[in-house]
Amino acid sequence: MTLQSPDLPVHAHPQGGRVLLRGWGWRYAGRKRWACRGVDLDIEPGERVLLVGASGAGKSTLLRGIAGLLDPDASAEHEGEVLIGGRPAAQARDQVGMLFQDPEASLVMSRSGDDVAFGLENAGVPREQIWPRVDAALQRVGFGYGRERGTSALSGGEQQRLALAGALVRRPSVLVLDEPTANLDPDGSRLVMDAVQRAAGGSEATLVMVEHRVDLAVELVDRVVVLETGAGVIEDGPPETVFGRRGAALTAAGVWVPARWAAPARAPGRHRGISVPPVPLDVEADPGASQAGKAAVPSNRRLTTDNDAAVPLTPAGYLLLRADGVSRAYPGMATSALQRTDLELHAGEATCITGPNGSGKSTLAMVLAGLVRPDTGGAYLADDGRPLHRWRAHRLCRRIGTVFQDPEHQFLAPTVGEELAIGPRRAGVDSSEAARRCRELLERLRLDRLAGANPYTLSGGEKRRLSVATALATAPDVLILDEPTFGQDARTWSELVRLCGRLRDDGASILAVTHDLEFAAVLADRRIAMHDGTISPATTSPAPRIDREGRNE
Amino acid sequence: MILVTGAVGNSTSGVLGRRNPVAKLGGALLPAVVLLAGVDPVSSGLILAAALLSVPAWGLSWLDVLRRVWPLALAVTTIAVGNMVFTGRKGGAVLVDAGPLLLTTESLAAGTAAGMRLAAIALPGVLAVLTIDPVDLADALVKHLRVPPRFAYGSLAALRLAPLMATEWETLGRARRARGMEAGRNPIAAVRLFGGRLFALLVGAVRRGSQLAVAMDARGFDSRGTRTCARESRFTRADATVLLGSAVLTATAVVLAVAAGQWNPVL
Repeated sequence: MTLQSPDLPVHAHPQGGRVLLRGWGWRYAGRKRWACRGVDLDIEPGERVLLVGASGAGKSTLLRGIAGLLDPDASAEHEGEVLIGGRPAAQARDQVGMLFQDPEASLVMSRSGDDVAFGLENAGVPREQIWPRVDAALQRVGFGYGRERGTSALSGGEQQRLALAGALVRRPSVLVLDEPTANLDPDGSRLVMDAVQRAAGGSEATLVMVEHRVDLAVELVDRVVVLETGAGVIEDGPPETVFGRRGAALTAAGVWVPARWAAPARAPGRHRGISVPPVPLDVEADPGASQAGKAAVPSNRRLTTDNDAAVPLTPAGYLLLRADGVSRAYPGMATSALQRTDLELHAGEATCITGPNGSGKSTLAMVLAGLVRPDTGGAYLADDGRPLHRWRAHRLCRRIGTVFQDPEHQFLAPTVGEELAIGPRRAGVDSSEAARRCRELLERLRLDRLAGANPYTLSGGEKRRLSVATALATAPDVLILDEPTFGQDARTWSELVRLCGRLRDDGASILAVTHDLEFAAVLADRRIAMHDGTISPATTSPAPRIDREGRNE
Repeated sequence: MILVTGAVGNSTSGVLGRRNPVAKLGGALLPAVVLLAGVDPVSSGLILAAALLSVPAWGLSWLDVLRRVWPLALAVTTIAVGNMVFTGRKGGAVLVDAGPLLLTTESLAAGTAAGMRLAAIALPGVLAVLTIDPVDLADALVKHLRVPPRFAYGSLAALRLAPLMATEWETLGRARRARGMEAGRNPIAAVRLFGGRLFALLVGAVRRGSQLAVAMDARGFDSRGTRTCARESRFTRADATVLLGSAVLTATAVVLAVAAGQWNPVL
């Protein structure tokens, strides 16, 4: 492997690299299906490409192939070739820098400077050249702290900026980004995309990225490539051509399409800056939905869509759940504590709490769900005087359903069917009634064909639907969701909106903690903003921008 | 969580705190090995006293040390009391005689010696670990002891994931409660639930670990070329002096113990 030439000046940027795929395919060991097959693609030096496709189209596999990170020993079969600047990708690893989804799983060192230096140490760069290059890279991504800053004290967006510096410092001729904002709140995403823009601006490097936040990503690219499972590249061209021609079909396949090209009646492109499209959004417009589905949301309850329409359209129902002076501190943790808070949830009402990472909103949700013991006060159901954190679990799950951010955290059984049966059995629901309810949920959430499958083997959207179904199996009065739309494709997103809307109309109280401002805009009767552990009614503009991170600019 | 984060040291500005991690660990290991060989109050007393007196030189405050070593103090006390009660040496003047409980001056001495020995073995190591930055340790091990970088820096990266695992463990517990699964007073259910939770934690850890490994390889960690190090790890004369000082102290302790007729090798 050739190492980087040590005599380049500190600020030198390499020429872009050419990426060439010829009849490329990859099948992982133990899988029947090819992850990716028949891909022919030429990317010219300095081009900036956004790769899109339905989930399971092999986008991540393709990126790893380009980065030379796929181990031929871990494949069942592979075919064709990937060339970077004329060399096979596996031998051109020093030419490619890669950024991953989860910054926590890509940082190595405890101090920021050491982490950026890691890639240069591996390349055998002499010590006296390392630090000037590290400083230049940190500056290039707009990292706002010194080298000594601890990596665990950084926000997700800052960590991702640091990881980008760690990739750029090696002077790659090709930069590969695999959903770098997937784990971040909207402000963190902006921070990262700004850094990518900044870094790409001063460089000739070729850029290949996969990114769900297409509205941000599309500003950075000059070419969009559509990948389809088993069919390779099915569309290729400038963003306006590709999205203009295929926007509808892509949305139908669950792919996020930038708001500019999304058909007006469809679910909106997400995170398009700070404004929600002022046109009324029809959440029933999921392509799979029929007219029958549409009737489920009564016309007088048309879902809130406009920024200034965030008032309840119907009077809220009776009180179901209240938090009474709850607070919670985490000793020795950077996470901001939950300050003393009162909150009431009513029947037939959907409440959304938004706020940046670490603002205490998940803690509040967990206290309301009776899963975390507050330091002061308690959460109470209206008809019971015992605080929820002291309830026995089998009683609790009958009244309150909780959906966790990572569906896998709540999976307990070897099959989907058994998974659904656990809650009702624990809650002491009569067995024939439980079976009926499970059947109905399987059908309603389109999981009936998967009843015998292992929950861990489901796709992301299926896992999400199953986790919601498990929470609903005991027919709780209150449903609490932590980041329900996290990482979901356009199709699951609109299904979730529709499902929550219907549950609310049936009289349940819904509480969603979310970064997803459009989910909140479309679903919420009441919106609450959370910041530094305190709640306030959301202002009419969706996202109060936080300036803590903005100051880095 | 507290245990995990508390186990990681920070380099300090003390005379000993500033030394090379290899010197610190070596200096702490030497008396420990010798003390393992013998049980006597003279040698372990001298080394324990030296370790206690050296606390400020490590750049630590007494209070800080006490706060972080309380599990060790607890263990030492337990061992000492246990030895006092159950030792076979019950000669000397009787101090307490309450049925089966018989404490004499000799059993008191035996218990104290056992406790002191344990403390003298452990304390120097604890002081060293509390003042070693893991990154410096990895650098020093690779440079001075020729430990393979893949092992040293791989372990370092894994250490970063430990606090995440602690958070994950809590989340898994909450998710089980949300599903109506709680052991209550049933010990069998408790074991099953614990097993499932542990398995889920391990699945997550393996996944995150392999993601981290890929991310490290993406930055050339698996490259076969010569690796450089951005930070300099120096083994100076001062570091050699620490090792030498530790050796002299240990030898003195043994000589004194032999001279006092207390040296009592167990091997």
